[in-house]
Amino acid sequence: MMILKVNGHHHQIDADPDTPLLYVLRNDLELNAAKFGCGLGQCGSCTVIVDGKAVLSCVTPLLLLEGKQVTTLEGLGSIEAPAPIQRAFMEEQAAQCGYCIAGMMMRAQALLQKNPKPSDEQIRAELEPHLCRCGTHMRILRAVHRAAHLMQTTDASTVRRSAQ
Amino acid sequence: MTKSRIIVSVLAALLIGGAVSAFAIAWRPAIAAIEPPAPLSFDLVLVKRGRDLAAIGNCNDCHTVSGGKDFAGGLPVPTPFGTIYSSNITPDAETGIGRWTEAAFRRAMGSGVNRDGQHLYPTFPYDHFTNVTDEDDRALYAYLMTRQPVHAAARANQLSFPLDRRFVIAGWKVLFLRRGTYHPDSTKSAEWNRGAYLVEGLAHCGACHTPRNALGAERASAQFAGGDVDNWHAYAINAQSPSPVPWDADALFAYLRDGWHPDHGVARGPMAQVVSNLSSVPESDIRAIATYMVGVFGAPTPDRKRRGEEVLAQVKSPPVLASKTNAAGAAIYAAACAVCHETDRALPYGGVNLALSTAVSSPDARNVANLVLSGVGAVEGERSPIMPGFASSMNDDQIAALLNYLRSRFSNQPAWTGVEKEIEDARRTQTVFLQTSPGPRNAPADAMQREKP
Repeated sequence: MMILKVNGHHHQIDADPDTPLLYVLRNDLELNAAKFGCGLGQCGSCTVIVDGKAVLSCVTPLLLLEGKQVTTLEGLGSIEAPAPIQRAFMEEQAAQCGYCIAGMMMRAQALLQKNPKPSDEQIRAELEPHLCRCGTHMRILRAVHRAAHLMQTTDASTVRRSAQ
Repeated sequence: MTKSRIIVSVLAALLIGGAVSAFAIAWRPAIAAIEPPAPLSFDLVLVKRGRDLAAIGNCNDCHTVSGGKDFAGGLPVPTPFGTIYSSNITPDAETGIGRWTEAAFRRAMGSGVNRDGQHLYPTFPYDHFTNVTDEDDRALYAYLMTRQPVHAAARANQLSFPLDRRFVIAGWKVLFLRRGTYHPDSTKSAEWNRGAYLVEGLAHCGACHTPRNALGAERASAQFAGGDVDNWHAYAINAQSPSPVPWDADALFAYLRDGWHPDHGVARGPMAQVVSNLSSVPESDIRAIATYMVGVFGAPTPDRKRRGEEVLAQVKSPPVLASKTNAAGAAIYAAACAVCHETDRALPYGGVNLALSTAVSSPDARNVANLVLSGVGAVEGERSPIMPGFASSMNDDQIAALLNYLRSRFSNQPAWTGVEKEIEDARRTQTVFLQTSPGPRNAPADAMQREKP
């Protein structure tokens, strides 16, 4: 039994300490934004934010997460009140099948928290570990730039929601 | 660098500098500039041979920065004496070698002097290139002079007095530049001799794999005993090799050619660019290098041989071990690492069993720390092994526990000391030097911050 902090809530988790975070998020907490892609940390679709940094939840066992803050896409915004990163991806229609997009958004979010105005090159380098088979890469790039712009222009109420 | 080392090197440099200026042996004439020769004036067969030779020499690694133009220079090379920037070796007339004659190029390769007559710093490994034949220099010249000229002025080196004075290097050369360190040996095969010529010359393996003395010269008495490059340890590649399974010629050939071998793992870190370059040169040259290097490794002692066989057997049927002393490290390994490093997926896409890892059996933890933190990034345009980095998900204590566990479970070597410090260093230089420049075709991409000193 351990306490896992996800999206600002404390959860009692009854799982082996070697259980990957992804399984706990999806199976125990029913937070299904993070996707199972390869299970080997090679595709990026399971990416979430831990203490402000993008991590691959499929290769991050629970035992590494004691005392840390986990943020998933659900923690950034909702359908009714999407966060800037979510709005930007919708407005740019950056998803085709969408399987990789939640992970992309999380790493982009972590990038924008650290670097509010990244260059094209920096975004490409940062999202390099993420695979997308549909090929919406150019839209994804535009969406990250749009999100950067939205974050600078939207009011503090949305900013406050962003991951810690 | 320690204070005493600084004092010793400064004193020595002053002394040397004084002596050489007195005897005026530092002076070298300029070689008259020429109009850049037309690319079509070079024989295409010669250019092609030059291409292969440049790949063996790994020239693009130092002479190209991340995202930069091929061979345009500007890469900072950190040394204990300061930072030295690589030069532009494209045929640009103003900032490159466009106005150099072949003789000027040959002089730079053979004795480390530029066209103007200035001494070059030995970060340019002319202590090896002096062994390159005139014929091969001609091919390299033909290749470089037919590349795209790039206008890119040299960046100023960051060296303090007196090392910022180039004549001081003349003294260094008196002490350390030995011509003809390669001699053909008629009692050995042609292949061995070819390998010796390449290894001691153009391939300059010792530049990374041989430790250096206080004045930055390779220690002749410790050839191939392991050196430092960036924040990595370049393993000993002689009888002191820490590789759990002794190398043989076939394994070396495959490793240098393909970048990996099932009994040894994958070549990453600064070696990634080397094997990337070697993947495209004539197979016979790689065979020759392997043949020569196997002689340098020497026949394994019966003990090492037995240990190698034990490790291979153990990898096939790993015993289930629970660590009582380092439960934290064992748990992290089981949860985060074993999923790839103990599977049936074959190399290079599955992880190597860490009992075979040279990094885990190496004298220090630097390379493992680098790998755990930064992982192994995908290489653009190449099929390549990848590993996720754990810098964002593990703290230093967790990584230390993991490293100590790996050492005790997967090697028969004594525990590492100073693991915490090495993790700190690795975190600081994280990703900076993990991969090398994008360089010409076939080179690992994403050097990210390599252009930063």
